[in-house]
Amino acid sequence: MTYLAKPKLHHPSLQTNAVGYTRRDYEGKVSTLCAGCGHDSISAAIIEACWELSIQPHRLAKLSGIGCSSKTPDYFLGNSHGFNTVHGRMPSVLTGANLANRELLFLGVSGDGDSASIGLGQFAHVMRRGVNMLYILENNGVYGLTKGQFSATADPGSKAKRGMVNSDAAIDTVSLAILMGASFVGRSFSGDKAQLVPLIKAGLAHRGAAFIDVISPCVAFNNHDGSTKSYDYIREHNEAVNRLDFWPSREAIRVDDARAEVMELTQHDGSVLRLRRIRPEFDPGDRVRAMNQILEHAARGEVLTGLLYLDAEAEDLHAHLSTDRRPLNRLEADELCPGKIALERINASLR
Amino acid sequence: MKRIEAVNDFVVKFANVNGSGSASANELFARAFLRMGIPVSPRNIFPSNIQGLPTWYEVRVTERGWLGRRGGVDLMVAMNPQTWEQDLREIEPGGYLFYDNTRLVAHHRLREDIHVIGMPLTGICNASYSNPRERQLFKNIICLGALAGMIGIEPQVIVALIAEQYKGKERLLEPNVQALHLGLNHAASHLENAMGLRAQRANGVGKRIFMEGNAAVALGAVYGGATVCAWYPITPSSSVAEAFQKYCSRYRVDQESGEHRFAIVQAEDELASIGMVLGAGWNGARAFTATSGPGVSLMAEFVGLAYFAEIPAVIVDVQRGGPSTGMPTRTQQSDLTSCAYLSHGDTKHVLLLPQDPHECFAMMADALDLAERLQTPVFLLTDLDIGMNHRLCEPLQWEEGRQYDRGKVMTAEMLDEGEVFGRYLDVDGDGIPFRTYPGTHESRGAYFTRGTSKNAYAVYSEAGADYRYNMERLNRKHDFARTLVPQPIVRPSTSPSDCGVLYFGSTAASMDEALEALAGQGVHLDACRIRAFPFPEAVARFVEQHRKVFVVEQNRDAQMKCLLVNEAGVAPHKLVSILHYDGTPITARFITAAIARAIGETAQPPNQARDLELAPAPDPAPDPALDPALNPAPRAVRKPARREKAA
Repeated sequence: MTYLAKPKLHHPSLQTNAVGYTRRDYEGKVSTLCAGCGHDSISAAIIEACWELSIQPHRLAKLSGIGCSSKTPDYFLGNSHGFNTVHGRMPSVLTGANLANRELLFLGVSGDGDSASIGLGQFAHVMRRGVNMLYILENNGVYGLTKGQFSATADPGSKAKRGMVNSDAAIDTVSLAILMGASFVGRSFSGDKAQLVPLIKAGLAHRGAAFIDVISPCVAFNNHDGSTKSYDYIREHNEAVNRLDFWPSREAIRVDDARAEVMELTQHDGSVLRLRRIRPEFDPGDRVRAMNQILEHAARGEVLTGLLYLDAEAEDLHAHLSTDRRPLNRLEADELCPGKIALERINASLR
Repeated sequence: MKRIEAVNDFVVKFANVNGSGSASANELFARAFLRMGIPVSPRNIFPSNIQGLPTWYEVRVTERGWLGRRGGVDLMVAMNPQTWEQDLREIEPGGYLFYDNTRLVAHHRLREDIHVIGMPLTGICNASYSNPRERQLFKNIICLGALAGMIGIEPQVIVALIAEQYKGKERLLEPNVQALHLGLNHAASHLENAMGLRAQRANGVGKRIFMEGNAAVALGAVYGGATVCAWYPITPSSSVAEAFQKYCSRYRVDQESGEHRFAIVQAEDELASIGMVLGAGWNGARAFTATSGPGVSLMAEFVGLAYFAEIPAVIVDVQRGGPSTGMPTRTQQSDLTSCAYLSHGDTKHVLLLPQDPHECFAMMADALDLAERLQTPVFLLTDLDIGMNHRLCEPLQWEEGRQYDRGKVMTAEMLDEGEVFGRYLDVDGDGIPFRTYPGTHESRGAYFTRGTSKNAYAVYSEAGADYRYNMERLNRKHDFARTLVPQPIVRPSTSPSDCGVLYFGSTAASMDEALEALAGQGVHLDACRIRAFPFPEAVARFVEQHRKVFVVEQNRDAQMKCLLVNEAGVAPHKLVSILHYDGTPITARFITAAIARAIGETAQPPNQARDLELAPAPDPAPDPALDPALNPAPRAVRKPARREKAA
């Protein structure tokens, strides 16, 4: 961690976004994670994405479970309400929070220990319910806070710092999310900001269950030879399927490389996803192909990154439940209570 | 041979096979008495099974309005060959057996001291209907007709009830009425004067309503403004969420847009259901879950978070027999201590203890107010006896214009005016801090909620002083809660007494009856019905004012007594436990016998007086519910009341 406090004063020339905020307005407390932790890069990408999207910080609620990754919501979006829940059960708390006020944006942050072990059930169910959220899993294949035990996403054969070799099969969270019904599924690498920021932006704009698995090497316990989630391993084995740029409706960001093939996908909120196809044959709208691609690359020892699956027409839990368009937490007795006369009728029917 | 003769005061028990369609005919039988102005108290006694196992429906007909279980059976309608032997054993001497004698029953399988009334139900049915399904369904109605004829239930009352049941499906009415008359006619021509139990129109029901506690809880949630319900099915609580769905569909769907002013999620488990409740409560919506003991155990970790992070939540626990899967379809009051102290570390929670559906409704709405006012989990502890059985009770009440108490919520206006916001800061001494809803203000009032320790401004802190500040404030808050919760109801005895009795929840119905029976024996007791935890001061005062106080509860470990000793500071030697825990609802007979026995023992010199744990005798029978030995029946208690009525 760094012990340097962030200065409170902002330079007047700092660039502001459409809602008048600078990037600094999206920061949080000073991180207490290890220096060089991939999770801090993800926090930086979240800050960048929210700034670029011109989200008002207080209109986003950030929720997490327990673990290193789940501590990070304290380190970004300091003007957002945050909730550090219990181990593996952020999804249920986020679901309830989402039901209470559908007007907020919901960002869930979790780790592989949190989501793939105790939280695997809640992970699966929050996807199949189509809760409108972006769920970011900061995946390092290891338990950091308890000092280096394997998590359920660790690849078989990978070696822990103390020399133990993992023999259990790894849980692939992106395939699982697709199977469970998530309507936006991506994977990225904490060190690839150019890919990660647009993915986060697209995930936040998506209506429905959006999931991004971010490989985030643990500098303390899982960044050594023998780990399949170290920086070097990922750099060597990463295969990006596409690059995407995101256009919120009020502001366009230009793509830097105009030569590549571009696919446009229009989402519910009118925003347009532009997918830059590194591999032209890959279509994220095809669920079966997405699964095949993930499995084929995994068989080749490659980590497929990018937007792997997207159902732009997805509906969310509120649509399934036909809930009121207004936030439920704003309704008062005049709209919720049937009143005394109705109760007298009920009494009469019970005689 | 003795013959029980009784008017409007007897117990009829139906022995059926689960899934045979008997339930609706049985309910018609019970409701018919109500329509004749005679109070009844019916109970389902059922196994954890869908089809094929024995199930019973017991109806206590009671003009005096004693709604507790009486124990003993005056008329057994024995329709289940599987349970024939035990059903016969339960009949009081001089009582009646009604059975289907289409096939002959060996004489040795009957009893000498009861009156046997046979009717060829299957024979009549087979002669009248060819379709097997009709035969099964109408057999129940023919049986009802015969019973109505013998007992004197007015047929037009049953016809009216059937008409209400088939409103909109009128074509089904006529065949049912025909079946009813088949039974009535048979009784008139073959069973005249066979029965000494009679129904006679009375005026004992008044404005009271007949409802299940679970439905009342659900309606209380609708009236109390719950918008989010997350639940996981578990007997005996599932019908709370199902009734909430039913009432919301009726009262919370916008006529024009079809939009729902509620959200119900059947979660993947109780871990998730309580998580959703906390998420919604944190975000400012009124939320609840309904469960039973095993679900409460699963919720323990989250409830600790809600206590420590101060998040409103309402948890309805419809108690059943524990521990573990225990007796999932039987009743108990055995989650008291687990709910009061649920979770790790130092935790204490608010419990509300309704006695009947009327209070289930009122206290559910109160629980939603209390949870937001106190920013903490509130448990509504009912049980299977009041939750899943229809109970006669006072009409539900709602004060017109009642608003919801949302507690200390800091708004954007207050923040703009410069109010100091400390999420865990006690501003006025009651221990309750202000909270903000997420999304309130663009630059003020946001905070980070966590289960780790923090200072008064919600900043992570492991400093001992910060931790103690919050833990002591939580204690202050819990202490303050005793002034907000429903106060106990104290009922002085008609003659001055130095002995009292404390009781709560579903025990109330049998307690009322026991108090009268005891007074008849010259045992006068002041009574105090506890309605909530933390205990209001009046509870400790009640104990102080008496030499000896009986604590009547439906569990083995005297859980209420433990709470009283732990939390109300009362002297343990003053409390005498009366414990009933075989899974059947406690009876007045049991309470009366146990207290009378204890009074005899405590009448010894004071130095010998000690804490008496009175439990029923060991149970030799395979099914405790069926064993009259577990319900000691001092005939002297019941008989005089009976003669009174017959006169």
